[in-house]
Amino acid sequence: MVTNVTNLGRSGLGDWLIQRFSAVILAAYTLCILGSFLVHPEMDYLQWRAIFDSTAMRFFSVITVLALCAHAWIGMWTISTDYLTSVQLGSRATVYRILFQAVCALITVVYLLWGIQILW
Amino acid sequence: MKDTRPKNLNLFAIKWPLAAITSIAHRISGIFIFIGVAILLYLLEVSLESAAGFDFVLELLAKPLVKLLVWAIVAGLLYHLIAGIKHLLMDFGIGESKQGSLRGAQLTILFAVIAIAVAGVWIW
Repeated sequence: MVTNVTNLGRSGLGDWLIQRFSAVILAAYTLCILGSFLVHPEMDYLQWRAIFDSTAMRFFSVITVLALCAHAWIGMWTISTDYLTSVQLGSRATVYRILFQAVCALITVVYLLWGIQILW
Repeated sequence: MKDTRPKNLNLFAIKWPLAAITSIAHRISGIFIFIGVAILLYLLEVSLESAAGFDFVLELLAKPLVKLLVWAIVAGLLYHLIAGIKHLLMDFGIGESKQGSLRGAQLTILFAVIAIAVAGVWIW
């Protein structure tokens, strides 16, 4: 039986796991970028460029963009299914929720393609 | 979908212990970052395009309003990161008691305030 068609992993447990894995990747990348600022306090263009040009960093960056998009979608989906329901919005709740999810999905896909374009 | 489990998500009817405040703040910061990523991606794109683009971003980041905006996004990010680490620790069964959840919420706020203050000093 299909109980939900808009969540990412098609099951609550799947989403739960993706949310944790992506969170670890995002935390690692955030600390990595913060660390690069500490290593280069007076960063210039060439140093900045060199950080993102290495093959390892390109993989890490694009994996992080994928993690960001999965994480953001699951988070926004969770919020929409918690707060945009018939309890709060009445009989038209499903319409508003699907619209909100559509906007979030569009933004997420734009981030995905834009991020890959910048970082790959 | 048949789901007969009791639930109450009426935010105006429930009580707000500290753990609930840090939890909703985690969600709000998540929404905030979701929007802020557009600004960060734009700055990243321009800064990596050329040396002139890099200098343009530096000039932008020197403006007080831009500093404030970037600090707000970084603050949201740091809060979300710290509250997220607490979340992962709780997934491992750490701090799940009533007392533990209060302590976890207190530590989340403490670390977040310190991190956001340090970020503010660093940006200015």
